[in-house]
Amino acid sequence: MAASEDAKASSLRYAFGNVIAFFILLLIGILAFSIRLFSVIKYESVIHEFDPYFNYRVTQYLTKNGIYDFWNWFDDRTWYPLGRVIGGTVYPGLTLTAGTLWWILNSLNIPLSVETVCVFTAPIFSANAAWATYLLTKEVKGTGAGLTAAVLLAMVPSYISRSVAGSYDNEAVAIFALIFTFYLYIKTLNTGSLFYATLNAIAYFYMVCSWGGYTFIINLIPMHVLLCIVTGRYSSRLYIAYAPLVVLGTLLAALVPVVGFNAVMTSEHFASFLVFIIINVVALVYYIKGILSPKMFKVAVTLVISVGLVVCVAVIAVLIALVASSPTMGWSGRSLSLLDPTYASKYIPIIASVSEHQPPTWPSYFMDINVLAFLVPAGIIACFSPLSDASSFVVLYIATSVYFSGVMVRLMLVFAPAACITSGIALSAAFDVFTRSIKFQLPGLSGNSPIDAGDTSSGSVVAQNETVKTEKKEDPGKERPSRKTEKNEDLSKERHSRKNKKKEKENVEKISVKPQEEKRLLVLPLEASVIAIFLLVLLGAFYVVHCVWAAAEAYSAPSIVLTSHSHDGLHVFDDFREAYAWLRHNTEVDDKVASWWDYGYQTTAMANRTVIVDNNTWNNTHIATVGTAMSSPEKPAWEIFNSLDVKYVLVVFGGLVGYPSDDINKFLWMVRIGGGVFPHIKEPDYLRDGQYRIDSEATPTMLNCLMYKLSYYRFVETDGKGFDRVRQTEIGKKYFKLTHFEEVFTTHHWMVRIYKLKPPKNRLRGKTKKSKAKATATTSSKRSVSRKNPWH
Amino acid sequence: MANRPLTFLTFLSLLPLICLSFSLENPTDRRILVLLDDLAIKSSHSIFFKSLQTRGFELDFKLADDPKITLQRYGQYLYDGLVLFSPTIERFEGSLNLAAVLDFVDSGRDLILSADVNSSDLIRNIAADCGVDFDEDPSAMVIDHISYALSDTEGDHTLVASDGFIQSDVMLGSSKIEAPVLFKGIGHSLNPANSLVMKVLGASPSAYSANPNSKLSNPPTLIGSAISLVSVVQARNNARIMIAGSLDMFGNRLLKSGVQKAGSSNKYGKSGNEQFVTELSKWVFHERGHLKAVNVKHHKTGETNEPAMYRINDDLEYSVEVYEWSGKSWEPYVANDVQVQFYMMSPYVLKTLSTDQKGLYYTSFKVPDVYGVFQFKIEYQRLGYTSLSLAKQIPVRPFRHNEYERFITTAYPYYGASFSTMAGFFIFSIIYLYNK
Repeated sequence: MAASEDAKASSLRYAFGNVIAFFILLLIGILAFSIRLFSVIKYESVIHEFDPYFNYRVTQYLTKNGIYDFWNWFDDRTWYPLGRVIGGTVYPGLTLTAGTLWWILNSLNIPLSVETVCVFTAPIFSANAAWATYLLTKEVKGTGAGLTAAVLLAMVPSYISRSVAGSYDNEAVAIFALIFTFYLYIKTLNTGSLFYATLNAIAYFYMVCSWGGYTFIINLIPMHVLLCIVTGRYSSRLYIAYAPLVVLGTLLAALVPVVGFNAVMTSEHFASFLVFIIINVVALVYYIKGILSPKMFKVAVTLVISVGLVVCVAVIAVLIALVASSPTMGWSGRSLSLLDPTYASKYIPIIASVSEHQPPTWPSYFMDINVLAFLVPAGIIACFSPLSDASSFVVLYIATSVYFSGVMVRLMLVFAPAACITSGIALSAAFDVFTRSIKFQLPGLSGNSPIDAGDTSSGSVVAQNETVKTEKKEDPGKERPSRKTEKNEDLSKERHSRKNKKKEKENVEKISVKPQEEKRLLVLPLEASVIAIFLLVLLGAFYVVHCVWAAAEAYSAPSIVLTSHSHDGLHVFDDFREAYAWLRHNTEVDDKVASWWDYGYQTTAMANRTVIVDNNTWNNTHIATVGTAMSSPEKPAWEIFNSLDVKYVLVVFGGLVGYPSDDINKFLWMVRIGGGVFPHIKEPDYLRDGQYRIDSEATPTMLNCLMYKLSYYRFVETDGKGFDRVRQTEIGKKYFKLTHFEEVFTTHHWMVRIYKLKPPKNRLRGKTKKSKAKATATTSSKRSVSRKNPWH
Repeated sequence: MANRPLTFLTFLSLLPLICLSFSLENPTDRRILVLLDDLAIKSSHSIFFKSLQTRGFELDFKLADDPKITLQRYGQYLYDGLVLFSPTIERFEGSLNLAAVLDFVDSGRDLILSADVNSSDLIRNIAADCGVDFDEDPSAMVIDHISYALSDTEGDHTLVASDGFIQSDVMLGSSKIEAPVLFKGIGHSLNPANSLVMKVLGASPSAYSANPNSKLSNPPTLIGSAISLVSVVQARNNARIMIAGSLDMFGNRLLKSGVQKAGSSNKYGKSGNEQFVTELSKWVFHERGHLKAVNVKHHKTGETNEPAMYRINDDLEYSVEVYEWSGKSWEPYVANDVQVQFYMMSPYVLKTLSTDQKGLYYTSFKVPDVYGVFQFKIEYQRLGYTSLSLAKQIPVRPFRHNEYERFITTAYPYYGASFSTMAGFFIFSIIYLYNK
C-alpha cells in the first residue's frame, strides 16, 4: 500500500516537473526568438549583410516560380557573361524552409511578404535550436542539464551573431539541423531504435540541404563510432545508430544537386565509409565470437587477421593512389584550410581574403561565448563521471569544434552549441551537488524527500543512461552489490510502469543504486554551498547581461545601414541603399555593374542589375579579372571592363566618414587575387618598403591604379586637404582627372561612388595640340563636373 | 516575309512626309549652313553650291563673322550639315566656336571643312580635333615639280594635278574619275594609327609641302605620299567630315578648267574636280554608303517566336535585314561578307550570312555546348560604309534536370544489378523472417 501511494505521489511530482519543464522550454523559445529582435526594433525589418541578400533573392524566385523552376534556375544576371546555375550550386535548405513557411502562412490567409518571412526565419529557428539542444543534452545528462543548456544556447552571442532577425543565412537553420541530427544520433544510440535511425538520416539530409558544414557531422559521428569501438563499447545500438545513417544519409545527400556525386567521391566523406567497413567487420567478429567456442574463435581471429591485413593494405594502397592522383588530394580548398590553417593564406587568396575565414583572436572567444569558456572544462569533467556513449560524444564534439573554431572564426558557430551543452551539463551538475548538500543539511527536512526530488530531477535520467550501458557484456554495475533501498526500487518500478518500454528491470534496479551512493559522498558544507550557488547565479547573471548587450549593441547592426554616435547625436549612414536605389532607377535593366565581389549579391538583389562577380566566389579567374582591372591604370582597366560589357563601376569608399571596410582597405586582396592569375600585376609594385600606403610616399603604380583614382576622385574638394579618415593620412595624389570614366553618382557620405565608362571617343585627335583647344576642353569638363556635384 | 514589300510601299508613300529632316530613317542631310569668309565665294563657287541645291539641299549662306550665327535653338539643331568655306576666320561670332562645331559633329551631323594657305588657328584646330594635321607652317603649299598641272605660265608648280584617289566606289561613285583633280593649297598629314580618318586624295610621291616664296632652308617635314590633299573622317557615330586643304578646288575656275599633267600627253578638257567634289559631297551628306540593319530575328529551328533563352545544343535560325540608303529610299544591300558571331567573351560561332539579294541575310547554326550569356553580334565595317554594329544579348541555359536521357543503354547492367538486389533482399527477408 505504502509503495503504491509513494508511486502515486512521485508520478504526480513527475507530471508536475514535466509541465514546468514544458513551460520553461516555451519561455526559452520565446527568449531565443525575442532576444534576436533588437535589430528589427533598433533599425528596421530588413535583410542584413551580403549573403542573406542572395538567399532572399533566391527565395523570392522560389515563391514566384515554384520549386522546379528554382531547381533549374540558370541565372543570367550574375557572373556576366558566364551566368550561374543557381539550382545546382546552392544549398536549398534555407530557401525551401522559408519558402514553405511563406507558403503555409499564405495558405492560412496570413499575407506576409517574403521579406518578412525571411527576416524572421533565423529567430524562429534559434528557438528550434534551443529545443533541440534541450533534447540532446537531456539524452546525455538529463532534463536539468538539458534545460540549462537550452537557456545558454538561446542567448549565446556567437549564435546570435548569425541569427539575428534579418540575418537570413544558411547557418540560421543549419545549427538547428546540426544539433537535431546529433540529438537523433544520441537518441538512436541510447534506444537502439531503427525508427530514430531513419529520422536521423532524414535530419542529416536536411542538414546537407542547408549548409556545407554537414561534413562536420559526417566526420564527427564516424569518429565517435570509432572511439566507441576502440574503447570496447561496441553494441548493436551503435551499429543501428551508424549503419543506416551512412547508407541512407549518403543516398539522400547525393540527391542534393550541389552535393551530388561529391557524397561518394570527395575525401571529406571517406572517413564515414571507412568506419562503415570497420563497424561491419567488428559486428561480424562479435557475431562469430558468439557462435564459436573461445578456442575456435582464437583460430578464426588469427586466420582472419592475416587475410584481412593483406586485403586492408591493398585497399588502402588503392585509396591512397586514387587520392594522391588528384592535385588537391581530393580535398576541397576550404576543407584543406581547416586541416592546415596556413594552407589558404599560402595558396588560395580568395579564401584567405574573407574575414570570417581568418583564425579568431582570443578576445573573440570571450566575446562570443563569454563565461561558457570557463564552464566548458567543468562540463567535460562532468561528462566523464560517469562516461557513457552519449557523454563521450559530447566530449568528442567539443574537442573537435574547439580545434575548428581556432582555425576559422566562422566555425565558432559550430563550437557555440558544444560549449552550451557542456556548460549546461557543468552548471546543472554543480547546482545538483550544491542543492543536494543544502537539502541534506537543512534541519526540518527528512532524508527521504530530498533524495526523491534529486532523483526525479536529474538522477533518474542519469540512471536511465546507465541502463543503456548495462546491456554491454562488461557491465560496470555487475560488481556492485545490490544494496537497494525500498524507495529506489519503488522509483525504478514507477519509472518502468510509466515509460513501459524497457524490459531489463533487474539491470535498472542494480544501477539506480549508483546515484544514491554518489550523493552520500558529495556533501559539501552548507555555507560553502550557499555561497557557491550565489556565485553561480552571479556568473549566470553576468552571462545574461553580456548576451543582451551583445544582441542589442554588437550584433544587431544590419551592415547595410550604419550608425554612429557622436557628441551631436546619432548619425545614420544609409549610403548603400541610396546607391543601389540610384542604380535601380537610373540605369537600364540590362546594364552591367562591376564592383569588387563583396557587393555582388546586394547589387543583384537591391539594384536588380547584372553583376560581373559576386559573393559566390566560384570562378577565381573572373574575380581575378575584376581585381586586375581595379589594380590597373585607367586605360587598361577601361579595356577590361569594356570587354565585359560593363557600363558602371561601383566602389565603396570610407575615407570621408571613416568607414574602415572599404575598397581601399580590401585593395591588396584585389592585387593578390588578380596577380595570382595575371602575373603582370605584382604586389610589391603597390607597396612602399613592404608598407601599404596611399599618402605621398605611395608608389606611382598605387597612385595611378583605377581603385585609387575612383576612390579619391575629387576627394580634395571636400576639405581642401584630402585627409583620409580611415588611413589617418593625407592622400598622395590630390588633383587628377579621369579620362575614361566619369562620375555619375556619389552618395551622401561618399561611401558609395558610381562611375560610368565613357564611350570611346567619337573622333580621334590629331597630333597637333593647341593651347587654346586645351583650355576650352578643361573648362567644359569642369563645368560638367560641378553640375553634378553630389556634395551637399 | 510576305508583308515586307507592303511595308516598303507604305514607307515609300510616307517618304515625302518624313524626309523633311535628317533622321535615322532618312539619313541624308537637308538643311546646310554655309559659312563664308566673304560673300564673293558664293558666286565664285556657284557650280558646287548649285549641284548641292539641285540635289535638294537647302543652303543657308552666312558670313562667318555674322553675329547671328547659331547652330541650335532650344536644344534643337537648325542644320544637318555645315560647310566651312572660311579658312581665314579667327573666331566666329555668335554662339559658334570650336566646341560648338565639334559638338555639332558629335551629335551625328556632317561637316565639310576647307582650309587654305594661311588658314586661321581656329580652322586648324577643328581639323586637328578631327585627326587631320595641317602643315605647321601656315604659308606652306603643296609643291610638286613632277606631276603639276601644265598651265600657260610656268609657275611655281603649286597647282598640283593629283589622281591618287582612294579605291572606293562608295565614296567616289561608281563611274571612275578620269581626269586628275587640280589642287592648290596646303597639305596635311594623318596619323596612321587613327582608323577613323582616310586619305581620299593623296599627293604624288614627288610632292612636298613648303612655302613657295622662300628658299628651302630645312628639309620639308611633309613629303611624298604622306601628304594628304583631301581626307574624310567617319566618326564613330557615323558623322562624316571632309577636310580639304584648298578652297580653290571647289571653285568654278578649277572646276571648269582643262587639265594636262606635266609629262603626260593626255589632255583633258575638264578637270576631275567637279566629279570629285560632287561625288564626295554625296558621300559626306549621307546620300551614299549609309547602311541600316533592321528586323533582327532569331528563333529555334521549326519555331517562329523568339525565345527569351536558348538551351545548349539548340538549333537556331538567325536573320537580319540590311539596307543601304540611296539618297531617296532604302535599297537592299547586297554583299557576301556579312558575318554573325555567337559571342561570349570570344566568338563561339562565326558564320557568314547567306543573302536572298533582297536585303535579307540569314543563317542557322547549333548553339555551342556552353552555357552563359551570349550575344548575337554583327560587326560590319567596310570602307566607306557606315559601321554596322549590332549586339543582341541572349542567355543560353544548361539542360533542365528532366531533359537528360532517362535510361541509358550502357547502364542497363546497373539497373539490373540494383533491381535484382532489391528482389533478392525482399526474398531473403521473407525467408529469414518466416522460415523456421
